Amino acid sequence: MAEQDWKTNKKVFAAVSLPTLFWIILFFLVPMAIVWLYSFGENKGLTEIDISGTLDNYKRATEWLYLTIFGKSFAVAALVTLICLIIGFPVAMAITFASEKWRPWLLLGIMLPFWTNLLIRTYALMMLLGTQGFANKGLGALWEGTSWIKTLVGLQPLPTWEPVQLLFNNFAVVFGLVYVHLPFMVLPLYAALDRLDRSLIEASLDLGAGHFRTIMRIVVPLAAPGIIAGVMITLIPALGAYLTPDLMGGTDSQMIANVIERQFKKANDWPFGAALSFLLIYAMFALIAIQSMRKKVPEIR
Amino acid sequence: MAIFARTPIAPLEYSRTLWMRLWVGAVMVFLYAPLVVLMIFSFNDSKRNVVWRGFTTKYYEKALGNDQLVEALVNSLTIAALATIVSLALGAVAAVMLWRFRFPLKGAIDGTISLPIIVPEICLGVAFLMFFAAVDWPTDLIWPFNLGAITIAHITFCFPFVTMVVRSRLATFNREQEEAAKDLGASEWQVFRDVLIPHIKPALVAGALLSFTLSLDDFVITYFTSGPDTITFPVKVYSMVRFSVTPEVNAASTLLIILTVALTFVALKLQGVKAIAETH
Repeated sequence: MAEQDWKTNKKVFAAVSLPTLFWIILFFLVPMAIVWLYSFGENKGLTEIDISGTLDNYKRATEWLYLTIFGKSFAVAALVTLICLIIGFPVAMAITFASEKWRPWLLLGIMLPFWTNLLIRTYALMMLLGTQGFANKGLGALWEGTSWIKTLVGLQPLPTWEPVQLLFNNFAVVFGLVYVHLPFMVLPLYAALDRLDRSLIEASLDLGAGHFRTIMRIVVPLAAPGIIAGVMITLIPALGAYLTPDLMGGTDSQMIANVIERQFKKANDWPFGAALSFLLIYAMFALIAIQSMRKKVPEIR
Repeated sequence: MAIFARTPIAPLEYSRTLWMRLWVGAVMVFLYAPLVVLMIFSFNDSKRNVVWRGFTTKYYEKALGNDQLVEALVNSLTIAALATIVSLALGAVAAVMLWRFRFPLKGAIDGTISLPIIVPEICLGVAFLMFFAAVDWPTDLIWPFNLGAITIAHITFCFPFVTMVVRSRLATFNREQEEAAKDLGASEWQVFRDVLIPHIKPALVAGALLSFTLSLDDFVITYFTSGPDTITFPVKVYSMVRFSVTPEVNAASTLLIILTVALTFVALKLQGVKAIAETH
């Protein structure tokens, strides 16, 4: 049965559509429209904002300082996505080909951190990465072990171990974002791999291709929609990340979201913050547009 | 682990090869080690989090005796419960609308409903900050009405997720059941209540779990919408982490992790691991 035309059953249609439309317009579109309008405004006095249609806020956003922050945010988000893909792909493969008994539990293992509070996870990671944390102690032990082995074979021992700064720098931001976003990548990858026709992989293996070649030539192209979905689901929140760079980053690890936050909480420049917000939203739209264009390519071929 | 394998590993049993097992094991350690360490150190009898100095539960007493922290937790749970209830209703109704009807501007409305999922949290937070400032939303209401602004914001980003899971479940609905019910004299409402709702129940459970945890988890949007007197758990923990890292935060965090795990297992008991996993 096809979809029903709304006119054939107006009463039911009204019952299901009015609450939805009411909410989405009043509590989503109107707030977004306010941000959009304010982005063309300027500060008049301490609390007054005059929506004068000026483009100054956008002009200011193209200053070198903000362009580099945008560029850096993209670079960080792209790097995080790539690392998540490399780490997550084998995991998704393992879950797909796991036995019936194990698969749900492996999935649960990936999903449980996703349900755990982001702030708590970030905080837990900060505890581990601190100069006194376990990561540093582990590295220190490795260092001393190497040093000991070197003296054993008659070489000069390594200089004494200095704790490395693992927190409050760009490394920490990338590490933290990978930690937080890994489940986002694994789940869509799994969904795509699960739909794969296994006989194709078997055929490839039977015809003499190795496992690596089969994965690169058969599995990856067939799972491409899932890979792209995973990339988007990881890239978009990573690009707008606030908490991780704020808590784990150093002074030079600011991402766009941190700059936006500052306009509202500290600098009190709402119009400029609004303009930056909309630039970030436009960037998301651009990414999604690229993705949907990419989707159509196989059909043309 | 070929040595322990009882049967030879078939070509497609990737998950039984040693390298795959090591990889998955390492990823699980990566995901869980920080949380486990945090939970263990919440029992550490030391002001600083670095060295183990013996077992104590005094930081739990401290955390539970911290009125602000408890208030924040109660606020968070209240908001999550309210947001979940409204999101379920709104999300289910929106899913039925998109699944059942053909109407003008359907594509645009469909897209708009899923927009709150895509729009970055920070932008949504900013939008709500400006919106509530523009409409002069009162900030001095009594509890629980002072949580209204945050709850509204949470519903906006939770209900699209409910719509998503309910819609994918509705796709498997056999419309002949609906027709049969109608032939037998059921009204629209009865069909909805007795045929459709039971069919989408697994999606509703998954959607409720999703909404509840998303709401409980949210920091950024709450940070922008909360008034000076309304504090939620993540906002409180954030200020504690900024101020200093104390075992009290560990204790409070451990309680919340246990709550999350417990909720997950309740959902699992209701639906089974597979059903929950498949809705994601």
